[in-house]
Amino acid sequence: MSQINHQPVDILVSTHQPEQVTLRGYVIGFGGSIVMTITAYLFARYGMLNKPVMVALLAFLALAQFTLQLVYFLHLGREFSPRLKLLVTVFMMIIVFILVGGSIWIMNNLDGRMMGTKVMIKYMNSQDGL
Amino acid sequence: MGLISIFANFWLGKLNLQALPPNAIQWFGAILMLSVPIGLALLLTVKKKWKWLYKEWLTTQDPKKIGVMYILVALAMLLRGGADVMFMKTQQSISVGHNMGILSASHFQQIVSAHGTIMIFFVAMGLMFGLINLIVPLQIGARDVAFPFLNATSFWLFFAGMILVNASLVLGDFAATGWLAYPPLSELRYSPTVGVDYWIWSLEIAGAGSLLAAINFLVTIFKMRVKGMNFMKMPMFVWSVLGSLMLVAFAFPILTVTLGLLALDRDLGTHFFTAGGGGNMMMYVNLIWAWGHPEVYILVLPGFGVFSEVVSTFARKRLFGYTSMVWAIGAIVLLSFLVWLHHFFTMGAGSDVNAFFGIMTMIIAIPTGVKIFNWLFTMYRGKIRLESPILWFIGFVVIFTIGGMAGVLLAVPPIDFQLHNSLFLVAHFHMMIVGGVLFADFAAITYWFPKIFGFKLNEKLGRFTFWCWLIGFLTSFIPLYILGFMGATRRLNHYSASLGWQQLFIVSAIGAAIIGLGVGAQILQFVVSIIQRKNNLDTTGDPWDGRSLEWSTPSPVPFYTFARLPHVTERDAFWVAKRQKVEDKRPYEDIAIPKNSPLSMVIALGAFLLGFGIVWHIWWLAVSGLLTIIATIIIRSMDEETEYVLKASDVERLDKQYRMQTKTRETKLAVEV
Repeated sequence: MSQINHQPVDILVSTHQPEQVTLRGYVIGFGGSIVMTITAYLFARYGMLNKPVMVALLAFLALAQFTLQLVYFLHLGREFSPRLKLLVTVFMMIIVFILVGGSIWIMNNLDGRMMGTKVMIKYMNSQDGL
Repeated sequence: MGLISIFANFWLGKLNLQALPPNAIQWFGAILMLSVPIGLALLLTVKKKWKWLYKEWLTTQDPKKIGVMYILVALAMLLRGGADVMFMKTQQSISVGHNMGILSASHFQQIVSAHGTIMIFFVAMGLMFGLINLIVPLQIGARDVAFPFLNATSFWLFFAGMILVNASLVLGDFAATGWLAYPPLSELRYSPTVGVDYWIWSLEIAGAGSLLAAINFLVTIFKMRVKGMNFMKMPMFVWSVLGSLMLVAFAFPILTVTLGLLALDRDLGTHFFTAGGGGNMMMYVNLIWAWGHPEVYILVLPGFGVFSEVVSTFARKRLFGYTSMVWAIGAIVLLSFLVWLHHFFTMGAGSDVNAFFGIMTMIIAIPTGVKIFNWLFTMYRGKIRLESPILWFIGFVVIFTIGGMAGVLLAVPPIDFQLHNSLFLVAHFHMMIVGGVLFADFAAITYWFPKIFGFKLNEKLGRFTFWCWLIGFLTSFIPLYILGFMGATRRLNHYSASLGWQQLFIVSAIGAAIIGLGVGAQILQFVVSIIQRKNNLDTTGDPWDGRSLEWSTPSPVPFYTFARLPHVTERDAFWVAKRQKVEDKRPYEDIAIPKNSPLSMVIALGAFLLGFGIVWHIWWLAVSGLLTIIATIIIRSMDEETEYVLKASDVERLDKQYRMQTKTRETKLAVEV
């Protein structure tokens, strides 16, 4: 901040001093994120798990990393929470829900409306080979 | 031979003589493109201005100057995008039947893609961030932005992206895939040249700049408002920018990731969006529009903010329905994340999905309508001065309403099935973006020009420009609606004479020529205004009888911005203060001002080398670019002395000098008149 004579003014904005930012927190956040990413990659590449377990595991790792970054990089929930921060967080949750949920809904719908290979072969046979 | 080719492969990657333009027309473009930087460099050398440029502009951290640079780059890119239009319109008016026109099919597609990419990312975004830099700190009573170095870096990243997009004119080609480069066409198999890579990396770099700038200004608006200005006392432009930047912060990461995945597909052989290997190109379309629709509102919201300021100033009334305006912005911000599927109704989703997104699209027209009516009610019974900024507003209402109604029509899935990919759609979104964004930016440039440069623009030429744009625009785009109904598709480089479309295409080209006349008048307006600036000096700092804090400073705004921070108790703070006429007797204070730094430019240079290296597979260059970025960030982080202090006594001296100058200018002018 380049301003030397500025104070936050709103009831929405915290007037509390932010907690001391430590190197330790960033190292944990960074290291943890990398470990989780590599784990996800290794399981996707070499994991012998069956598909539903794999999907659940990858989703879990993604969510865990998301939470880790919120806590260690954005310092969520570790200081007195002003209303503004709560609002922004809620807005973020809504947007993430819309985008992830919406994408799953759309892609699933498209998938359901496309013929699988078996259905297609059956259809083509019944149509005398198209 | 083998050794040489290995050597060349290492140092030059895919770059070789074949990368140079293949024919006369493309050489013409390349030379035109190169002549601009070479001409500028010569001019600077002859005038011995390099040092001045470096010290005053290139290394600056002052948002006022960064804003001016953003706008200059954006206006230059407007000319580039406009030149593309000339080629496209010429091709479309003559390429009928046996005549194949002047451009090859691939070159035509490249020009269309470049036009879209440049106009959105380097004109509309550039003008928007330029205005935000110039006006937001002034309006919230802040001397600077939250992170000045980051701000300069954002600009230079934008600049690096711009250079990369234009480099494709000289070396290699550009994407021939349309401005959003859908796979599978944009995958390596169907677009083996570097065109799509240029597109990806220029947008990755410019997009990173946009994201950083958005975070910077969000913090600025949240944390640096002057004492007494709570959220509901902010000027409407600041509110609009806040909404727009929220969208940037949430939407641009999607763009970065999507382009990144496409780059992985092209460079590392992954299968995110290929049909083989378990990928799905529909996911790309889904993701790119999850960014793309908010992007539309990112561009148009600041435009709405500009019109809010212009209308209330020129109608000399306070803005009608301030609270409803704020809620309308909030509604638009949320709803703009709920409509993205309307860009691909025809991709094959079921009726329930299509119906949901169709209805959401119609709903988002409501808050937009609320805003239009609020502006009209602001004008109602106002003492309107019909100067060019409000003319742009009136033009905007006409064009935006026509385009908006076409948009609501397109929101109905069965109708969209008929009109998808047609020129009807092209006409619709040009009416929204040109009417809503470009007109607003022109109004804003006219409105805030005296604040930044100290003199007004020539009004006569301003009006002439406006009428050229309005008439030319309608002449150019109404035929496209009709052609769309007749079945003409977008990106059409050739059609059969029997279709009978040629007359309408020619009318459209004439319209584009009238717009070209308007652009010429605009350039003339700048030149004439600069030459005759003595006749148009703004000696008061408040040439339009303005309402918000930026008008309380002298024009042009001094480098320290506010000698004493303003005192805010009401909405329209300056309007109230003018009427109370209280003399400011508070003492002056020390002001901290960020020092100049060339490191922002170095980071952007690193980004450019990284992008260029990846485009041409010159890996040593890409790695050195990346290392440059990392090293520069570390060096900058070690620097503890990034600002200097302007002593209170100096502030007082400068402020008095400034006000004295203003007064002498005033008396001198009075004598001359």
